[in-house]
Amino acid sequence: MNEKLVIIGNGMAPGRMLEHLLEKAPGRYAITIFNAEPRVNYDRIMLSPVLSGEKDYEEIIIHGDGWYIKHGITLYKGHRIVAIDRDAKTVTSDHGVTESYDKLVIATGSVPFILPVPGKELPGVITYRDLDDVQAMLLAAQSREKAVVIGGGLLGLEAAAGLVGRGMDVTVLHVMPTLMDRQLDPAAGYLLQKELERRGIKVLCKANTKAIIGNGKVEGIELEDGRIIPATLVVMAVGIRPSVGLAREAGLAINRGIVVDHGMQTSDGSIWALGECAEVGGMVYGLVAPLYEMARVAASHLAGEQGAAFVHSDTPTKLKVTGIELFSLGDFADGDDREEIVLRDASAGVYKRLVLKGNRIIGTVLYGETADGAWFNDLKKKQTDISEMRETLIFGQAYQGGAPLDPMAAVAALPDDAEICGCNGVCKGRIVSTITEKGLTSLDDVRAHTKASASCGSCTGLVEQLMTLTLGDSYNPAAVQPMCGCTDLGHDDVRRLIKAKGLKTIPAVMQELEWKTSCGCAKCRPALNYYLVCDWPDEYADDYQSRYINERVHANIQKDGTYSVVPRMWGGVTNSGELRAIADVVDKFEIPLVKVTGGQRIDLLGIEKEDLPAVWADLGKAGFISGQAYAKGLRTVKTCVGSDWCRFGTQDSTGLGIRIEKFMWGSWTPAKLKMAVSGCPRNCAEATCKDIGVICVDSGFEIHFAGAAGLDIKGTEVLGLVKSEDEALEHIVALTQMYREQARYLERIYKWAKRIGLDEIRRQIMGDADKCKAYYDRFVFSQKFAQVDPWSERVSGKDKHEFRPMATIGYGQAAE
Amino acid sequence: MNWFAIGNIADIPLRGARCVKTPQGKIAVFRTAENEVFAIEDHCPHKGGPLSQGIVHAKAVTCPLHNWVISLETGTALGVDEGAVKTIALKNDGGALFIALEDLMVAAE
Repeated sequence: MNEKLVIIGNGMAPGRMLEHLLEKAPGRYAITIFNAEPRVNYDRIMLSPVLSGEKDYEEIIIHGDGWYIKHGITLYKGHRIVAIDRDAKTVTSDHGVTESYDKLVIATGSVPFILPVPGKELPGVITYRDLDDVQAMLLAAQSREKAVVIGGGLLGLEAAAGLVGRGMDVTVLHVMPTLMDRQLDPAAGYLLQKELERRGIKVLCKANTKAIIGNGKVEGIELEDGRIIPATLVVMAVGIRPSVGLAREAGLAINRGIVVDHGMQTSDGSIWALGECAEVGGMVYGLVAPLYEMARVAASHLAGEQGAAFVHSDTPTKLKVTGIELFSLGDFADGDDREEIVLRDASAGVYKRLVLKGNRIIGTVLYGETADGAWFNDLKKKQTDISEMRETLIFGQAYQGGAPLDPMAAVAALPDDAEICGCNGVCKGRIVSTITEKGLTSLDDVRAHTKASASCGSCTGLVEQLMTLTLGDSYNPAAVQPMCGCTDLGHDDVRRLIKAKGLKTIPAVMQELEWKTSCGCAKCRPALNYYLVCDWPDEYADDYQSRYINERVHANIQKDGTYSVVPRMWGGVTNSGELRAIADVVDKFEIPLVKVTGGQRIDLLGIEKEDLPAVWADLGKAGFISGQAYAKGLRTVKTCVGSDWCRFGTQDSTGLGIRIEKFMWGSWTPAKLKMAVSGCPRNCAEATCKDIGVICVDSGFEIHFAGAAGLDIKGTEVLGLVKSEDEALEHIVALTQMYREQARYLERIYKWAKRIGLDEIRRQIMGDADKCKAYYDRFVFSQKFAQVDPWSERVSGKDKHEFRPMATIGYGQAAE
Repeated sequence: MNWFAIGNIADIPLRGARCVKTPQGKIAVFRTAENEVFAIEDHCPHKGGPLSQGIVHAKAVTCPLHNWVISLETGTALGVDEGAVKTIALKNDGGALFIALEDLMVAAE
């Protein structure tokens, strides 16, 4: 019979331990996990991106439910263990479940430290530890009121940045004179403070909290010096304490944490402990790299191997706030026996400091420019004597020996034991040998086998460079068609990196993704502008200079430089008042051609650019808004007359078409999006060659997509059948959002669908209600910012310069 | 050569362009991301597209009609396309912009 392994806690350390254990000794144990949190194992490091909105919870799950089922693991979610009986070898949960064990692993993690001040129990005071805390903060942030974060360390600053990003007015209180004083020296702490203040975060250092005040709920903070800081939300992020209560009650040896030997065994030979609750060699840990090292050691012992021992190593610290580059490692206090090398570039906001002792690096602080962090870390680890390169050391690896500034060369020059992935402690040699031995060819494979770049993802670029170095031509990222001559990255990579790195402006994308041109070209700029509009609807400021002329002036340029104007006619329906207004405009501006379009609209052609605002003003008075006939966005929803008039009509196709158009107008999409709703399978609205179409039938609404009737001709594919108009709208919207988020710029929906697979689209939109709803919600959110009529904005004076000449020079005008 | 005041650099958006109407046709005045200002004929050598309506990148503009890329410094088409537009002398006096038009043109009246 299998031995019984019980694990208390389901965080990242035991999760990683199980991965190792299942690999080393599959089937050896019958495994049961008790998780006090009511969920699976997720990447706690990524909570800050969830708070800031750069990631969803689903994206940070490490082991989904399926993983536990696949490995036959019993997971009790939301069960807190309240007692360990070491004699009977059982544990009991707060829900009364008792489980016996042969071997027990305690991974209870840590608890946030709560300042012992009056008012600490008031509603509105929260900590920052798990997903529930993040959700509480997100809820509070909806108020967009004032928040105070107590604690200017890693966690506190990430919380503050997230809350500011969510629209709150945030003050950080820090008891020490400079921020992140445990990781940064005062100079770097100062630069960090300036940058945070520039982002709208107020920072008060040397601020001692005296009390949290409020009547029934939080109203503010009182400082020792008498100042009152108003707040409706207080986040305490002043530190963590190992969670040892359970182990103490069980009579295990406890110091600061649960005392374990270098094999992670506690004072009881059947019980192991690892993670933030464990104390090994007199140290407790909070960063993920040493915790993963504990996981490796514990798994090795549980698998029956001997000899694995935990070894302390310094872990570099990075701050996960988008756009702030910060790296800190080792010991950087001043001292008589120490020397330092400092580089400052005030205008670039760069500060670098190396602390040396006996010509060896013992500490590093980098701010603003951190690319050489891995190299300095390696020099420190190896205790390399740096006297030979001392003069140029601070400039980084690229400046040693006059080597050219080639990122590939830097990676090639790294020794085999240089750490590439800090989170997972994976070195260069391991990645290279795994690629070779297992014949890996894709980044996903490398992530699966080595874990490199699988946690926070910030080393993805390095890992890819290693793949290129190792595989040469057979790993060909250039097999991806680059977006344009300005970059080697393809559209998909750029979209992924925009999200992963939280890039929110075109200059940020070009800087971070190392664009080869100073400000892009007419191919990449409109694509980047779309991706940013799509990914950050509330934060990104649309760059009109990166839009094609048609979208910039909201009309269609014609071959002679005049423009055409198409007002929106919902579902292709109009009336006498609208037609009269159009007729008047045509007369007033002497518009040479009026033409009915294929999308059931009226096109007014041959308008001078300078007349556009006046034309729109007149059309606007009749109730017209822009028909967006120029947009890579929702164009038209064509309809037939449906059940109201047609003797064959099965549903109100006109009504549904108008409803869809009113819901979706204004949205930008990768390429133009044309739709149609036909009231019966006779299909008079020609819905089966549209990007998205609906065929009404007696039993409901058949949703079609991926048709084409341009350069290519292609009938639509069926997405699925739904019963009600509401469902039809929801699924169409979700499909559109999926397309918006995934397609490459200028890629019509049929090409996108062919590339990623019709079944995958059906699975996500028709088969996964949660996913469908999430797409729908994201679309609805972005519409809040997109549904602004561009014509009326310009009638009111926006972008005036677009429509007027800068100057007119006439004959006989006096020259200067 | 005669210098004509056409306005201030701030009248032109960064990475953007404005037109100046003259008796001999429109002139496009560009402002790059680096705040350099150039003036060329607003008439693509390919099919006469209004270059002032194109996307400005580095020291070039892409024509809105058929994507020819025209150098703002030399007026010549970049890449494989061949052709050129006339460049117009431009003076930037602390932000105040002047373009030079030939005597002939001014005296034409």
